[in-house]
Amino acid sequence: MLIHDQSRPGRRARAQAPRQAPAMTEIPEDLRRRAPPPLPAVSEMQVVRHYTRLSQQNFSIDTHFYPLGSCTMKYNPRACNSLAMLPGFLARHPLAPDSHGQGVLACLHELQEMLKAVTGMHAVSLAPAAGAQGEFAGVAMIRAYHLAQGDQGRTEILVPDAAHGTNPASAVMCGFTVREIPTGGDGDVDLAALEAMVGPQTAGIMLTNPSTVGVFERNIGPIAARVHEAGGLLYYDGANLNAILGKVRPGDMGFDVIHMNLHKTFSTPHGGGGPGAGPVGVCERLEPYLPVPLVAFDGETYEWQTERQRPDSIGWLTAFGGNMGILLRAYVYARMLGREGMVRVSEFATLNANYLLARLRAAGFEAAYPARRASHEFIITLKREARELGVSAMDFAKRLLDYGYHAPTTYFPLLVPECLLIEPTESETKEDLDGFVEAMIAIRREAEEDPEKVKGAPHDQPVRRLDEVRAARQLDLAWKPSTGSEKGDG
Amino acid sequence: MSEVPAELRYTKTHEWVRDNGDGTLTVGITDHAQEALGDIVFVETPEAGRQVDAEETCAVVESVKAASDIYAPLGGEILEANAALTDTPDAINTSPYEEGWIFRLAPGDPDALEGLLDAAAYEQIAEDEA
Repeated sequence: MLIHDQSRPGRRARAQAPRQAPAMTEIPEDLRRRAPPPLPAVSEMQVVRHYTRLSQQNFSIDTHFYPLGSCTMKYNPRACNSLAMLPGFLARHPLAPDSHGQGVLACLHELQEMLKAVTGMHAVSLAPAAGAQGEFAGVAMIRAYHLAQGDQGRTEILVPDAAHGTNPASAVMCGFTVREIPTGGDGDVDLAALEAMVGPQTAGIMLTNPSTVGVFERNIGPIAARVHEAGGLLYYDGANLNAILGKVRPGDMGFDVIHMNLHKTFSTPHGGGGPGAGPVGVCERLEPYLPVPLVAFDGETYEWQTERQRPDSIGWLTAFGGNMGILLRAYVYARMLGREGMVRVSEFATLNANYLLARLRAAGFEAAYPARRASHEFIITLKREARELGVSAMDFAKRLLDYGYHAPTTYFPLLVPECLLIEPTESETKEDLDGFVEAMIAIRREAEEDPEKVKGAPHDQPVRRLDEVRAARQLDLAWKPSTGSEKGDG
Repeated sequence: MSEVPAELRYTKTHEWVRDNGDGTLTVGITDHAQEALGDIVFVETPEAGRQVDAEETCAVVESVKAASDIYAPLGGEILEANAALTDTPDAINTSPYEEGWIFRLAPGDPDALEGLLDAAAYEQIAEDEA
């Protein structure tokens, strides 16, 4: 039930504050509303109960193990929230002069410097407000660079088929044609296919490393050399940075431009759509094109730099300086970890993934890349269970909810049939990982003995299995006032 | 197992091609492909009159699991797209080889059809993937 459905005309949340709103005589007649806005008319108690109930129905990292591959759903430390909400940060007006915000600018500048150090890049801009926007900025810089060289013939971006779906989308948004490179049976990029595609028309290649099949791209050296030799640039999608944080630096692998997802690797809250932060880092030759604003420091004072100081910038991506609250949380997180802590993140994330993979394999589940060690995530394929028991990866995923586990990512990447992409992150205890394995074993037993129970899952959740097909075919996204005669069914 | 009609030609990327005998070809996706994709919810069809190269992306099929590009099996001109798919994209699931056809094509070089896979060769590819 939506809160609008509880609305009764005239009901208000002002029992304890009966004062009337002042008359708006100062506002000209023609600028005043003629009718009140269509807000729900409910009591304060109703509001509290409504949103508390919704929060109880939610599956979240605060309540459940959430091994959603490729999303890095790790614990969001409370200290980051508390410190980012200090009144000096919260109350600062974005148009206040730099001299009135030296503290917040110092935090942002230090965050830029820490991200540079941990990724091995030459310069960082915090401006992009999401991973996809970071990608867009990165590809726009590749384009700006080639055009500045007078090199107009570079119209293609190479993207492996194990890439995130946003990679080809970002390339197309920036006006490039996408060429897809196949992945070999061992999970690495097919070098022969790359060789056939790379050339003077290549603007760059977009890679995720470790890739979305959960393994480290071992050919990154030859790939970087070949693409650079052809005059192209290397783009690093930071989606899986959690696996290598503090261990290997994209800059050392030869990448020219990267984006990082602070809402993944740097543990700011995400899920449910926002807000994110996708800073970009670049090598020296791309520095002039970084999106503005950046924070500069001359040894005494911090200042925002805009297109005035950086005329070759690809420009602004958001109003003001990006998602400030998220950047501050990431800053606190990075400060708490320090250099040593960053290494522990990737060590424990990969240890947890490999432990979980080993236990699932011992229990008889099939790894998609059995010859490879997992990075921070791995894929199992349930094609045998689907063939022999008629129970799909989606059925397993739905049944896991009843066992108290958020489902792993299903059916991604597309090149592995009936797959679950599992990413436990460094946050979980051994007991939680063991519990997940026991649930998977129990579900397979159910699939053998009582498959309808698995196919009909979930059974114990606030909603049963949703009709995804109908939802996709008959999009119904906006609330409409009830006519009173019908009961809402959605 | 999925159905692979013997009289059709196929591509590695799971399109089927029917020779209409009048210099035109009809193209769709195979039973195996629709099974792998799951319930189709949207189809973006090419415009009539468009010139396409062989292996050029010319349509998109979207299911609850994924969005997949559909490639032109041969170069030529798009004659017509299946307008019924706008309202009933699920025709690709229920009738991949008949009602679920996606577009008709006038190939630049009709003989190139011989270069496509026959049913036996395609069946092998589909099996290897399963």
